[in-house]
This record gives sequence, structure tokens and C-alpha cells, in this order.
Amino acid sequence: MIELQKINKSYQVGANSLHVLKGIDMIIEKGEMVSIMGSSGSGKSTLLNILGILDDYDNGKYLLDGKLIANMSEKKAALFRNRHLGFVFQSFNLISFKNALENVALPLYYQGIRRSKRNKIAYEYLDKMGLTEWAEHLPSELSGGQKQRVAIARALVTNPSVLLADEPTGALDTQTSYEMLDILQDINKSGITVIIVTHETDIAERTHRIIKLKDGIIENFSKN
Amino acid sequence: MFDRDNWQEILATLRNNKLRTTLTVFGVFWGIFMLIIMLGSGKGLQNGVEQNMGDLATNSCFLWTQRTTIPYKGFPRGRFYNFRNSDTQALLDNIPEIEQIAARLQGWGGDGANNAVRGLKTGAFTIFGDYPAYNIIDPVKILSGRYINKLDIKYKRKIIVIGTRVVDLLFEKDEDPLDKYIRINGVYFKVVGTFESKKAGGQAERENNNIHMPFTTLQKTYNFGDIVGWYSLTADKKVKVSVVQDKAIALLKGRHSISPDDDRAVGHANVEEEFKKMTGLFLGIKGLTWIVGICTLLAGVIGVSNIMLVIVKERTKEIGIKRALGATPIKIITQIISESLLLTATAGYTGLVFGVGLVELINFALIKYGANSEMFKNPEVDFKIAITALIILIFSGIIAGFIPAQRAIQIKPIEALRNE
Repeated sequence: MIELQKINKSYQVGANSLHVLKGIDMIIEKGEMVSIMGSSGSGKSTLLNILGILDDYDNGKYLLDGKLIANMSEKKAALFRNRHLGFVFQSFNLISFKNALENVALPLYYQGIRRSKRNKIAYEYLDKMGLTEWAEHLPSELSGGQKQRVAIARALVTNPSVLLADEPTGALDTQTSYEMLDILQDINKSGITVIIVTHETDIAERTHRIIKLKDGIIENFSKN
Repeated sequence: MFDRDNWQEILATLRNNKLRTTLTVFGVFWGIFMLIIMLGSGKGLQNGVEQNMGDLATNSCFLWTQRTTIPYKGFPRGRFYNFRNSDTQALLDNIPEIEQIAARLQGWGGDGANNAVRGLKTGAFTIFGDYPAYNIIDPVKILSGRYINKLDIKYKRKIIVIGTRVVDLLFEKDEDPLDKYIRINGVYFKVVGTFESKKAGGQAERENNNIHMPFTTLQKTYNFGDIVGWYSLTADKKVKVSVVQDKAIALLKGRHSISPDDDRAVGHANVEEEFKKMTGLFLGIKGLTWIVGICTLLAGVIGVSNIMLVIVKERTKEIGIKRALGATPIKIITQIISESLLLTATAGYTGLVFGVGLVELINFALIKYGANSEMFKNPEVDFKIAITALIILIFSGIIAGFIPAQRAIQIKPIEALRNE
């Protein structure tokens, strides 16, 4: 499903080159729910960016669904993200002047789907998250948990094969965090590969597998 | 590009920063407003000055006699001489490039002394003896009746064509001047036509005070013999009037024993040269107007571009989210450019409307209060110019959005999202 071979990535910081990922090898099977852990600076965000085709890697190989992801044009990458990947962020990243329904429908807009049709689909996904009452509300009128559920609905609306979550519970209280994880587990059960970046052990323990990163290399894999 | 979501977003951002948006677009508004006002005023100036010339043929020149300045063929310097009827024929025979020629004469009086009488009414008017051709060279607007014709010339008819001021002074308000008689310097003339000047201001006043009679009639009535006062002539379209003028002067000098080197014996004026100077002047004014206008507009466009950069910077995160969700670079570019286009086009269109409105208002006021003068008349904005300005605007809108749009797509989604 997802296969990384000797992925290297360094950033140019002033005159120095910062080697962030030093040869990552891993395979994530279809339908797996995996968490990536590591302290800050371990390279987990960079790894997620590469997995999400939000960033290039210097060398190595990244295969997604058997397709080599390398040197993609921005346009191709955008289309690929839109069709195959769903993103959930720590800070929700909803568009402030669009209501919940419009936020969820946004990825469909980029697919060129008609307004009425995409609103219908978006409404279904909001319904799955139990947020139909809030469809017309702006993000500023929603609680943290509600915002994150809108964000998840938005990530799922294009029916992606992989869901990437960057600290999805980072801005939420424990109770809401667990609810969020229940939702992510349900999503995973429906056959979507879920990758969660987190530094919270209790969250990571509820996934199938934990990938621990340290200083740009994988320290260990552990199964729960 | 023209879908609802796109415009919804554009309006949302612009609405969020009303003051900033207003100040920004004011630059563009002002640029186009000034351009229109300046173009309108320039046109007003041109209309005024051109009106001053009426329909005077631009390819015409005038020749008159002056004292000689060089002794020649036994004649002393300082001699007076006159053009004769035979000169007219000689000019026509020898210079084929002459299109129209009108010999002219002026009758006595008119400079303060009353020379025309009708019943109890009297007036001082300028009396001209003219050929039909003169109304082609420097035409007046015939209000009633007719101008002098060939038969009038041939039979030396005692008829006159009179200006509106003559009508006002010698006739009652509702009286028809046609077929009435006026006594001029003791001789009765029948009015066959009335006219109004096509010029403006003082020029028009002078012209409306004129009385035209057949050239031959005037020669006879005033005992001029075969003397010609001066010539008005126009050149064939194919040649320059200055060429014809030089030929005519040379011919006349030969016929009147004037030294070929005597530059002052034959007085001359050339409308073409005057007209060229004026055309050049107006071209200069127009050019300057465009330069200033475009520069002002450019300043406005730079303002818009600048503010679009700020908007892009502010929305870095939003743009990042959109790109993570699958917005292609072209979508982002389209959005930024449409936004800038909307700003410039709206501002520019408003400026255009206000500018044209003001110009029209001034025009209306000038007409209403009769303030059209010799120097300024009917300011107006050419429809073509307005369209040109709009096209320039649309282009500048696209250009103003281009750099910010480039900046927007250079933002990597991750950088945008990291920017917490």
C-alpha cells in the first residue's frame, strides 16, 4: 500500500544543511491504522508531509498504491492529494468564511463537481459525523471537537484511500480526544488506511502499530 | 473562473477589509478619473480653438498688396501698387494647382461711421465684395435666402447677403429681411440672403457684422475700376498650399514689376501653417495627457498589486489548506487575478463614469450659461477613448494580480500550514 525505501530529506537552514530524515524504510499495508511517534525534531512532521505529497524528498523511493511518487508537478500533486489522500490537522484548518457544509464540500469543488451535487455529498458526510444541525454554521461558531469532526468529514468526502492525521487530538481535551479516536477507528474499519502523527502514548496505543522516530531514523516498530 | 464559490471568496476577503480596499481602489479610480478629465479638457480646448477658425479651409492662403521695399526696374522703393482683375485671370491660367480663388474688396465705412441706412435705422457694417468661391473657402452658415452667385457677378446685381447683427440692427424683430432694401453709402441694395458665422466669440461677432455683395458690383459702385483688394485661394488637395502661394507671389511680382527679392511687397498668410502648428500643439497636449494619465493609473495599479501581495501574505495559510485539499496552482492564480481584476475594473469603471459625468456636466453648464468661449468649447470624451481606457484597466488589473499570484503559488502547502 504505502512503501518507503531509504527516504532522505534535508532542509537548507541558512548556510547549513539540516538532515531531517536519514533513510526511512517502512511499509504500511492497506487498511492498517498506524501511529507515528517521536519527540519534536524527530522528523515525524516531515515524514507526514512527504507521505501527503506536500513536500518532496531528496532521494529514496515512495510508492503509493504501487505508484512511484517523485518529482510530481504541483498540478499533478494537487490532483493526487485530492483523489487519494485525506488530511486532518491539529489546528483544524477550516476556512473561516465558509460554513461547515462549504468547508466539507471544498475538495469536491476542486474536482469540478456541481454545487448542488457536492453539497448533497458533503451533507451526507456531515450527517455521518452527526453535525447536520451545524451545517450552516461558520467554524468560529463551533467547538473544538465539532471543528475537528468537520475537518474529518472534509478529509473523507473525496473517499480517499489514506487518511493522514497530524496531531488530530493535539488541541482537544481528553474526552473529546477519545471520541475523535473512536471516529478514526470507525473510519479505519471501513477500509481506509489511517496514519496518525502524535506524541500522546495513549492515543498511539489504540492503533495497530506504532512507528517510533528518533533523529530521523526509525527507532522501532511495535505492535499493540 | 466565473463560478459562485470563487466570487463568494473574493467578496468575502474584500468585505473583511473595507477601508483598505477602498483606499487601494481609490488610486486606480483617481488615475482613470484624471485621465478622462484631462482628455475631456484637452478636447474642449481643441474644440474651442478649432471653432475659432470655423470651417475656414485649412488649405487656404491670403495675398494682399503692401509697399515695395526694393527699387526695381526704375521704380523707387516704397511704391504702392494694386492687384487688377487681369491678375485673377493670370493666376488661374498659370497656376493649375489653384482649386478656388476669390478676389475680394472692401467698401468704405463701417469703422465707426454709419454706412447703412434703412428707414430710421442706421448701422456701421463691414462691406465686402465677394465671389461665390469665397463661401467655399471661408464659409458662413446661410440662414435664409442664398449667397452670391455667378449671375450676380456677371450682371453686377445690386444685391447683398447680410449677417445676423445687420439683421438685428436694421430690421424689426419679426421682420423678414429678404427682398427688402438697404441703402449703403447712398445706393440701394436688395437683401437676398442672411447668414450666421460658424466661428465663436469675437471672430463670430465680427463676421455677423458683415455685408457681402457681388465683387463686380462693389468695384463699380465704389469706383474701384479693375482694382482687386486681396485674394483668398485654396490649393488642390494634392499640393501644399505653401507651394501654390509661392508660385502666385512670384507671378504677381512679375506682373507688377516688383523685385523677385522683395519679400514684403506681397503680403501673405497661410492657414495651413497655422493649422499645422495648432494640430501639433493639440497632439502634444494629448500625448502629455496620456503620459500623465497612464502614470497616475500605473501608480494606482502598483497600489493594487501591493495590497494583493499583503492579501496573499495574510491568506498564506488558507492558500496552503486549499492546496492540501487539491486546489491546483491555476485555481489559486485565477482567484488572485480575478480579485485584482475586480478591484481595478470596479474602481476604474467608477472613475470612468465619474470622469465622463463631470465632463458632461461642465459641457452642460457651458452651454446653459453660454460660457463657451474662443478658447474652450464643448469638452467631450471620445467613446473610443473610454473603451481604450477600459481595456487598459483590464490589462492593468491582470498585471497587478500577476506578481501576487506568482507569490501565492510559490508558497508550499507545508510552509503555509506550519505558519501557526
